[in-house]
Parts: sequence; structure tokens; C-alpha cells
Amino acid sequence: MEAHATEHGHGAPKGITRWLTTTNHKDIGTMYLWFAAAMFLFAGLMAMAIRAELFEPGMQIMSPDYFNQLTTLHGLIMVFGAIMPAMAGFANWQIPMMIGAPDMAFPRMNNWSFWILPAAAILLVLSMVLPGGAVATGWTLYPPLYMQGGISYDLTIFAVHILGASSIMASLNIITTILNMRAPGMTLMKMPLFVWTWLITAFLLIAVMPVLAGAVTMLLTDRNFGTHFFDAAGGGDPVLFQHVFWFFGHPEVYILILPAFGIVSQIIPTFSRKPLFGYASMVYATASIAILSFFVWAHHMFTVGMPAVGQLYFMYATMLIAVPTGVKVFNWVATMWKGSLTFETPMLFAVGFVSMFTIGGFTGLVLAMAPIDIQMQDTYYVVAHFHYVLVSGALFAIFAGVYYWLPKWTGHMYNETLGKWHFWLSMISFNVLFFPQHFLGMAGMPRRIPDYALQFAEFNQISSIGGFVFGASQILMLIVIVQCIRGGKKAEAVVWEDAKGLEWTVPSPPPYHTFETAPEVK
Amino acid sequence: MGHRRPLPVVLASLLAGLAFPALADYQLNFPPPKTGLAQQIYDMNVWVMWICVGIFVVVFGAMFYAIWKHRKSVGHKAEQFHESTTVEIIWTTIPFLILVAMAWPATKLIIEQKDTSNPDVTVKVVGYQWKWEYDYLQDGVKFMSVLSTPREQIENKAEKGANYLLEVDEPMVVPVGKKVRLLLTANDVIHAWWVPAFGIKQDAIPGFVRDAWFTANEVGTYRGQCAELCGKDHGFMPIVVEVKSEADYKAWLEAKKAKAAAAAGDAGKVFTQAELMERGAKVYNANCASCHLPDGKGIPGAFPAITGSKIATGAKEGHIGMALIGKPGTAMPGFGPQLNDADIAAVVTYQRNGLGNSTGDLVQPADVKALRK
Amino acid sequence: MSAQSHGGYYLPAPSYWPVLGSSALLGLTLGATLFINQVAGGGWVLLLGFALLVWMLFGWFGQVIGESEKGLYNKQVDVGFRWSMSWFIFSEVMFFSAFFGALYYVRMLSMPDLATGDNALLWPGFTGTWPSAEAGAVAAGPGLKDTFTPMAAWGIPAWNTLILLSSGVTVTWAHWGLKKGNRNQLVAGLFATVALGLLFIGLQAYEYHHAYTELGLTLGAGVYGSTFFMLTGFHGFHVTLGTIMLIVITGRSIAGHFKPESHFAFEAVSWYWHFVDVVWLGLFIFVYWL
Ligand code: HEA
Ligand code: HEA
Ligand code: HEC
Ligand code: CUA
Ligand SMILES: [Cu+2]
Repeated sequence: MEAHATEHGHGAPKGITRWLTTTNHKDIGTMYLWFAAAMFLFAGLMAMAIRAELFEPGMQIMSPDYFNQLTTLHGLIMVFGAIMPAMAGFANWQIPMMIGAPDMAFPRMNNWSFWILPAAAILLVLSMVLPGGAVATGWTLYPPLYMQGGISYDLTIFAVHILGASSIMASLNIITTILNMRAPGMTLMKMPLFVWTWLITAFLLIAVMPVLAGAVTMLLTDRNFGTHFFDAAGGGDPVLFQHVFWFFGHPEVYILILPAFGIVSQIIPTFSRKPLFGYASMVYATASIAILSFFVWAHHMFTVGMPAVGQLYFMYATMLIAVPTGVKVFNWVATMWKGSLTFETPMLFAVGFVSMFTIGGFTGLVLAMAPIDIQMQDTYYVVAHFHYVLVSGALFAIFAGVYYWLPKWTGHMYNETLGKWHFWLSMISFNVLFFPQHFLGMAGMPRRIPDYALQFAEFNQISSIGGFVFGASQILMLIVIVQCIRGGKKAEAVVWEDAKGLEWTVPSPPPYHTFETAPEVK
Repeated sequence: MGHRRPLPVVLASLLAGLAFPALADYQLNFPPPKTGLAQQIYDMNVWVMWICVGIFVVVFGAMFYAIWKHRKSVGHKAEQFHESTTVEIIWTTIPFLILVAMAWPATKLIIEQKDTSNPDVTVKVVGYQWKWEYDYLQDGVKFMSVLSTPREQIENKAEKGANYLLEVDEPMVVPVGKKVRLLLTANDVIHAWWVPAFGIKQDAIPGFVRDAWFTANEVGTYRGQCAELCGKDHGFMPIVVEVKSEADYKAWLEAKKAKAAAAAGDAGKVFTQAELMERGAKVYNANCASCHLPDGKGIPGAFPAITGSKIATGAKEGHIGMALIGKPGTAMPGFGPQLNDADIAAVVTYQRNGLGNSTGDLVQPADVKALRK
Repeated sequence: MSAQSHGGYYLPAPSYWPVLGSSALLGLTLGATLFINQVAGGGWVLLLGFALLVWMLFGWFGQVIGESEKGLYNKQVDVGFRWSMSWFIFSEVMFFSAFFGALYYVRMLSMPDLATGDNALLWPGFTGTWPSAEAGAVAAGPGLKDTFTPMAAWGIPAWNTLILLSSGVTVTWAHWGLKKGNRNQLVAGLFATVALGLLFIGLQAYEYHHAYTELGLTLGAGVYGSTFFMLTGFHGFHVTLGTIMLIVITGRSIAGHFKPESHFAFEAVSWYWHFVDVVWLGLFIFVYWL
């Protein structure tokens, strides 16, 4: 990725200055992706520590409080530090290339959106070493437990604030780029699906990040300035926080998955050598999911004791999301149907995504059924559910996208054999890691506990072993990426036989400014 | 692509070898339901799961068929069909109908779960960090229920018992076949009361009272855990419910009442140092040791040491006040509402004369009483 | 370094302002945390962060203004600004909705709830009426002993409503001036708007003083106090920002910036000002009046 940067006469400054000051969407995309990789490693190592502690009953390697800190930071960093920045990295690299734009609409603000992330990461890491340790309330930050913490609790609130600012600026940029900078002839309904899903995701972000900011601001003032939002003694209610948090939190999970849907919708047609079965219905389904996501938040709160009508409403609304999501799944399968299929690594991860995400969706549906959720809420069944949609969902899609576009980005082919190993190891160990957690949850193991009763020992052990293998398998990907950047077979402009889209009309790697003059789209 | 098969096969067989020998011990579903509600939840979950399995088989059956038959490597040529409104409508409508079929029985069950009217017994349950208080409102019986697993087991210094982490000093007791209504609330943070065999889980929210109900249909001992992250010992606040026959339940109530009457007599008593220290050690280990540690050394940065503490070696009043009221805004709770005067007197005496401190003074229940508002 | 124009779309050269901005945010957040927790030196870090932020804002916006005046921005860039400013304002609307939502929740759900059903076990005698629905001093919450008097709508708040509404008129009048090329009308309109904004802020400050010293209405006065100060406080903060932006464009207008056909900065500020206005109407109705 380095070599071509300066070949363009008016190119960029060199060394660290280039990265600090860059206004180029590819540079910024690259930084987002590396940042995400580093955070994935960091939060993944925390998960390894969690799995090590849970390897057998009894307290082994850490205090209960430290365990809770790890769980919290693992969740927060994976969501805000790994998945979201990775998706933003794809957006930066791909959107201008896919719609035929010279760059993002606001290149300087684009740089700022990225450089806020390391600042937030510093705050979170710092919180681990301050007296009292990091936040230990779970990534959901529920009061009144949140009231009891020390200085790092305030630090985390501010970290969330600036993360929100970063997401909002990134989204403004993405929306403006998509709405305002498409090449002539690129009508909305001709945009690649990845662009569509990001457009909708950006709207979701703009709508809910400010609400999260509001929620944590109330936490801040309750903690430090004597307000009573979440304190019954002053007429407030701890449950109010949960409402505000999940009004953000539920759309947030679709923020994590919609771009993943987009990536997979690019890959499956390519390797099926066949157009996407229902382009328009995919667009409508994405929009429906996004709109519905605003009206279902209290399915995370079935046990707070809301009235029956509340439970019924949120149950029906949540179950409804299965319909547009099903439309997506069926469309992917129909796209593959009677295609001419090949299974290079991106396609393997995409197929892994479709099948495993659906399992996560099904368990989501089980959880959406309020009477059953009474048993499942806050158990490992929920942990299993969301790792199926997040790891074999969002993360697998990211892997698929990285393999799919890496040759385009670097100009080199990656090592296909290692890529396949990475897929198969990940796929199998992932299931060993998370499938048994369904059983644990049903048998009665609560989440967020550092130690457990003897009856849960076997499945936890299996899960931990799967976890270690899964973690180790990710090293393969690191190797593949580094090898690919360093060199390898030269990649053609059209990397994949029959791949469609503007990004394949430019050389691999693309020039520093992809489209000096806008391409014409028919 | 030819030689990729060995790897998954190897791994799968490795796993199978690991998992299958003791399959009998592996619980794959909810524990056996012991209430009508739990039974219905169990059945509904099984039913919904089979529906999902069915859909999965159909959808991914199709996908794997395509993967098998429509590969380029077997020479399949791609057909270029796409867009079909009819098909889209079909696969929107069918899932919708399936969902309606699933939602219908769920609706009925929710309404039943929420019907807390006409209970036979009402128990107020209060969550504390990290124990439960049961208050039998009609009978004036009230007690705390704390984890009884010894620390040595948790720290792997002793063999773990069969009910490791699922045992308490004083279980909740209810009569069999009677509708029990729980009034749940919490003292400090949110907890959740959950017994899987009863199919009931309800958050206990400070400042609010929420209710839930169950009717246990079999005598026995049932175990559950707090199901809402409530701080560092969230994993160590189990729930144990003993379901007894009506007669045994009555006898238990009477015994409890007698004990409470005896304890009330303590209030005016003057204890000896030995009595206070012995009782104090018990109270300390049950209530304070989780934060200040059994040896009183605390956890630097989070929980101050009692050993050498300015408050625990300073004026008696300040120390008693700390025990009674706690320190608002920190994790240090006020024990005034939970412990009686004799217990507070004992634990304060214990902290002042044990754990490496030696102020030499005694605190009597009357001293505590004087400081209660 | 020179900047490039690509097919007419202006692409800025590499810039240090964003990293400076990130350092500013780091200083601000870290400083605020230390300051709130009374760690020595926290205030200085906070101040440093703030200074960096101000520097960054001046530098960055200064550069943008320069580019704009040099005519580097074409129509497409202008449209881009419009899209992003609109959606930015939408994000602000969502920020306020979090607090309006909280107000709705405590008023319609948690307060009445605390007074009914089994909750009477915990809060005997609590009636759950919203403070402004009662006359005179009321208890701040079911578990609080302090009392306070809610803020009356038909005093300063009503005047402030009038002030903000008229400022909406004056800024529009200034806009007409700009579009006609009548610079005197433009500057006069902006001056009037700034004056009204400052007057609003002054009255709001006076109202807070009154609340704290005479009414016993503080941040700590139960959820009424919490929602009152959070909503009016964040609104006041936005008015202050808006006023600063108005002052800046007033200065630019005097300096001869903006053309009748292209003056996005002016429009952005006036959109923002109208947004602040609309939020105030919501506040007046739901916080003060009803
Ligand atoms: C990418 C993230 C992601 C995604 C996509 C989803 C998707 C869904 N989630 Fe999940 N969820 C999380 C991330 C996600 N979730 C997280 C992180 C948590 C825990 C948060 C925490 O507490 O920490 C959580 C928790 C959670 C809960 C709360 C559990 C609890 O705490 O008690 C519930 C309850 O309703 C739920 C439901 C659903 C549903 C119904 C979907 C649906 O969107 C799924 C729809 C998909 C399908 C159903 C499969 C495909 C459809 C078909 C093949 C069509 C035919 C199907 C039928 C007709 C059945 N989720
Ligand atoms: C997208 C989000 C995401 C991802 C990817 C993961 C990944 C993993 N999670 Fe995570 N998890 C969450 C989101 C995520 N999780 C959330 C939101 C929670 C809830 C938190 C809460 O309760 O508040 C949670 C909670 C959670 C729990 C429950 C903890 C508890 O309740 O106490 C557990 C336990 O097993 C767990 C395990 C794992 C494991 C083993 C992985 C593994 O997949 C991780 C494997 C990865 C590595 C080990 C990294 C190694 C990588 C390399 C060596 C190569 C580096 C590569 C490059 C640089 C290119 N997670
Ligand atoms: C949930 C955790 C927790 C439990 C349980 C707990 N404490 Fe504390 N205790 C604290 C914390 C936190 C502080 C520090 C408060 C502060 O910031 O000043 C503290 C402080 C104290 C102090 C003052 C120490 C000093 O030098 O500042 C005393 C005395 C004390 N506790 C007594 C008790 C007694 C007696 C009990 C049991 C009956 C008890 N504590 C149970 C958390 C706890
Ligand atoms: Cu109490 Cu968890
Ligand atoms: Cu959700």
C-alpha cells in the first residue's frame, strides 16, 4: 500500500506525517482497518483471559472484580473499537471507489473521525490502570451499579462521548458522499448493496449515537452533580437508563450487522457468477430492518417487570424483524442457486456468515419470545446468541471483505491456502467455542460470572478450548495480510473472474486519487 | 481445492472424542420444570426450536444442494435469472405466518405469567450486595440468606462440594402447591431473582417493588442465582428454595418466630468481650468479609483495610455510624436496616479488637441503639 | 502545499487541524475527569484541552473561510455542506430527544408509579404529583427532604420565548438583506440577532440565579430539578454557541464576506439558530408551561 502513494506528482507527505495529516480516503481507510485489527487483538486477548478463568470451577487467575472489568472492556472495545472501525475502514476504502467519487466529501473531517479513536482508546486503556480499575458494570453501563465506581467510570463516560462524536462525523461524511458525489448515471437504485447498507447504517448512527451521549451524560451528572435521573429517592428510575441505553443499543446491533450484509451481498454474486437475486427487495429489506430497529428496544428488558401489554408489544415488534432478515437470507441462497460457484476464501467466509448468522438469528427469535426470554435473559444463551451474530456474523463478514478486496488494495494476491486454513479453523473452533454456551445458558448459568457451579464444568471447558483455538487461528490472518502487503502474485484490475462494479475498473492497487474524472455509469 | 478435507475431519473427530464419553452428564436443556409456568416455557422452547431447525434444514438444504450441484468445478454454467416479485412475496408471507403461529401461544403464556392475583403466601424479597433478604409479610418472619460455600473451596484449597456456589446458610422456604407471590426490590443496585426450575426471573430494582409468582408442584430443594450483574460478588449470591409440605412449612414458620423472639431479647443485653467477639466474627464473615476480606486487609484502591483503619481505631461513634449508615456514593452500604443492634455491636467490637486492631473497648447494643436515628 | 481540484470538487491538502482537534478532545475529556474527581492539575489539563480546541476551531474554520472566499468551492461542495449540516442538526435533535424522553418518562411513568401499588411499601404517603402541578413549595422527591418551588412559566420564560422568536425574525430579515445585496440590512439584522441572543442568555442566567438562591430549585431538586436544568442548560449552551457563530458571521459580513448567491456559512448559522429556537418552544411548553 506504500509504494504507489507518492507516484502521483502531488502525493502525500512521507513518514508519520503522512498518516497524521492525510486527507486521502484510502489512507484513512487503512488506518481504520489497522486500528480495528489492533483493538480486535486487544479485546480478543481479554476474551482469552475470560475463557481461561472459566476453564474450570473456582477462582484461578484473577479477582471477581477484575473479571468484570475484562468482560466490560471486551464488550465495549469489540463493539466500538473493532467492529465499528473495521466497517468504517471498508466504507472509506470502498464507497468512493464504488460510486466513482474522487474522495470522501469532507476529507479533513474524515481524518478527524479516525484520529478521535486512538484518543478514546487511550482513555479506556488508562481506565484499567487508574485506582479502582476499569468499569466493571458490563458494556451496558447500568446504574445504580455505575454510581459505585471510581474515577475510571467518569473517564469511560467521556470516552463514549468522543466515540460518539467520531461516529457522527464519519456518518455525516458517508451520507454526504453517497448522496452528493455519485458518478453521473449512478442512480440510487444502481448503487452497489454495500453502499446502500452503509447509507442506512449512517442514518442509524446519526439517530442513535446522540441518544447514547445523552444517556451517559445523565450518568455523569447523577454521579457527580447531584441529579436524580436514575434514583427513585428523587423520583427517577434506574430502568429509565435501560430504556435510553437500549433505544441506542438495539439499533447499534444493526449498525454492526448491516454493513456486514452489504459486504456479503457483494461477494456472493461474484463467486456465483450471477447477479444478486433480488436487488430491490434487498434494499427494502435493509431499510425495513433499520426502521423496525427503533421500535423493539425493550426486548432487552423483559425481566424488569413491565406490564403485559409492554411485553406483548415488544415481543411482536421484535419477531417481525425476522421477516426482512429472512428475505435477505433467502435472497443470498437464491443468488447461489444455479450459479457457477467457486469457493475462494471470501466466498467461504460469506457462506459461513449466511449459515451461522442464521443460527444466531434463530436464537434471537427464541429470545424475542418474552415468556422464554424470562428463562434465558442474562444467561449464556444470550452470550451464545450474540456471538453467533457478532463473530460469525459481523466479524466473518469483515474477514470475507478483507480477503475479497485485499488484492485490490495492495495489488498482490494473498495466500489462498492459508486463507482456507484460516476459514476452516475459525469456522470449526468458533462452533466449539460458542455452541455449548447455548446449553450452559439453558441449564442455568448466568452471564458475567467469574466462577460457576460444578454442573457447568464440562461445557465451559469445551468452550474454552474452542476459544483458544479460535484465538490462535486469527494469527493466520495476520500472517496472510502482512505477506500480501509485502508482496505476492500481481493482482489484475479484475481480481475475481466476472466481478462487477466500478472498483474493478481501476488498476490494483488503485491510484492515490481513484477517479480524477468521474466515470460514466450506464 | 482437493486436499482441504482432512483438517475438518481431524478436528471433528478430536472433538467428538473429547465430548462423547460422558455425554450423560451434559445437560442440554432447561432443568426439569417444577411449576406449571416452567413446564409451559420448556415445551414452548422445544417447539420453537424444532420450527427453527426445520426452517434451517429447508433453507440450508437448498444452499448445500447448490453448493454441491452448481459448482463451477463440476462444470455448472451460471443461469442469469434474477428478480421475481412472486417469489419475494412468498418468502415474506410464509415466515410471517410462522411467526404468528409462534406468537399466539406466547401471548397466552405472558398473560398467565403476569397474573399475580390471589396469592396464598406473599414474601417480600430484597436484594443486597450480595445476599437476599426474605420477609414473610403475613407472619413477621424475616431473615438474610447468604452464600455458605467456604472460601477455601472457591480458592481451590479444598475439595468442592456437590452444591458448590449454589448453597446458602438459610434457604427460603415455601409450601408446596400454594401460589407464592414475591414482592421484589433491592437495597443498593439491581439484582434479579431467578430459579430456573420455577421458570421465574424478575429484576429487583432499588426504589421500586416488582412482583412475580410461582406455584411449586413438588417438594424438594431448588437452586438458582442472581441474574443481573450487581458488582464483584454477583456470581456468589445464590438462591435456594426449599419446598415443603404444608405441615412442615408451618413448623418451620413457628421455629423461625421463636428464634426471632429470642433475638429480640438480645437488644437490651450487656455482652462479654468473648461473646461479642465470637458473634462479631460470624457477622463479619457473612457481611463484611466480601469487601474488606476475611483478614481485614481490604483491597487497595477499592476497599480500605479495617486493620489499622482510622475509623476502626478512632472514636466508637464514627465507627458505629459507618456500620449503620455506610458511606453514600461508595460501595460501603449501611447495615442499619439489615442487622440488629446486637449484631452491629458485635461486628464493631470485632473490628476494633480483632483483625489486627486492639482498641480494647467494647460496644454494646445500647450504644448502637443510641446512635440509630 | 497546494490543494487540488478534481473534476471541480475541491480536495483539501493534508492538514494538521484534525490531529490537533483529537489532542484537544483528549485533553478536554481527561482534564474534565481529573477535575471532577478533584485530582490536582486536572483543571489545567482541562484548560489546555479547551485552549487547543479553540485554536483548532479558529485555525480550521479560518482555513475553510479562506478557501471559500478564494472561490475554491463549487456548487457540489456547497450541496455537500447543506446535506451534512442538515443531518448534523438532526443529530442534535436526537440528543435533545434523549432528555425530552427522560422528562416524559419521569413525569408520566416513574413519578406516578412510585406513588401507586406495591411501591407504597417503600414510599408511604408519596403522592406522585408533578411539582409544577402543585402550588407553592414541594418535596423534591419521595426520598428527599428538601423542598423547592418550581419555575413559573409566565415570567422570564415567556419573555425569553418572545426574544428568541423575534431573533428568528431578525436573522431572516438579515438574510433578505444579504440576498438583495443590502449589506447594511444584513449587518443590522445580525446585530439585532446577536443582541437578542445575548439578552436571552443574560435572562437565563438571572433565572438560574433566582432558582438557586430563592426557589431552592437546584440540580439536586429531584427529577424536576434534574430535567429542568439539563434541558434548559443544554439549550442555553446551544444558544451560546449559536450566538458565538452569529458574532463570527457578523464580523465576516462587516469584512465583506458572502455573496448574494453563495453564503452557506450564513445559512448554516441561521439554520442552527432556528433549530435552537424550535427546541426552546418545546422547552417552554413541556418544561415550563404544562
Ligand atoms: C449483530 C448483532 C445482532 C443481531 C443482528 C441481532 C439480531 C437479533 N436479536 Fe440480538 N442481541 C445482540 C446482537 C444482535 N442481535 C447483542 C449484542 C445482544 C446482547 C446485548 C447484551 O445484553 O449485552 C442481543 C440480545 C438480544 C435479546 C435480549 C436477550 C436478553 O438479554 O434477554 C433479544 C431478545 O429479543 C434479541 C433478539 C434478536 C432478534 C429477534 C434478532 C433478529 O434480527 C434476528 C433475525 C434473523 C433471523 C430470524 C434468521 C433469518 C431468518 C430466516 C431464515 C427467516 C425465517 C425465520 C423464521 C420465520 C423463524 N437479541
Ligand atoms: C463484535 C464483538 C465481539 C467479538 C468479536 C467477540 C469475540 C469473543 N468473545 Fe465476546 N462479547 C462481546 C462481543 C464480542 N465478543 C460482547 C458485547 C460481550 C458482552 C459484554 C458484557 O457482558 O458486558 C461479550 C462477552 C463475552 C463473554 C461473556 C463474558 C461474561 O459474561 O462474563 C465471553 C465468554 O466466553 C466472550 C468470549 C469471546 C471470545 C472467546 C471471543 C473470540 O472470538 C475472540 C478471539 C480473538 C482473539 C483471541 C484475538 C486474537 C487475534 C490475533 C492473535 C490476530 C490478530 C489479527 C490481526 C491483527 C489481523 N465474550
Ligand atoms: C460492598 C462492599 C462492602 C461491604 C460488604 C462492607 N464494606 Fe465497609 N467499606 C466499603 C468501602 C468501599 C469503604 C470505603 C468508603 C470510602 O470511600 O470512604 C468502606 C469503609 C469502611 C470503614 C471505614 C474504613 C476507613 O478507614 O475508611 C469501616 C469501618 C467499614 N467499612 C466497616 C464495615 C463493616 C462493619 C461492614 C460489615 C458489617 C462492612 N464495612 C461491609 C465497602 C464495603
Ligand atoms: Cu445480585 Cu447479581
Ligand atoms: Cu436488541
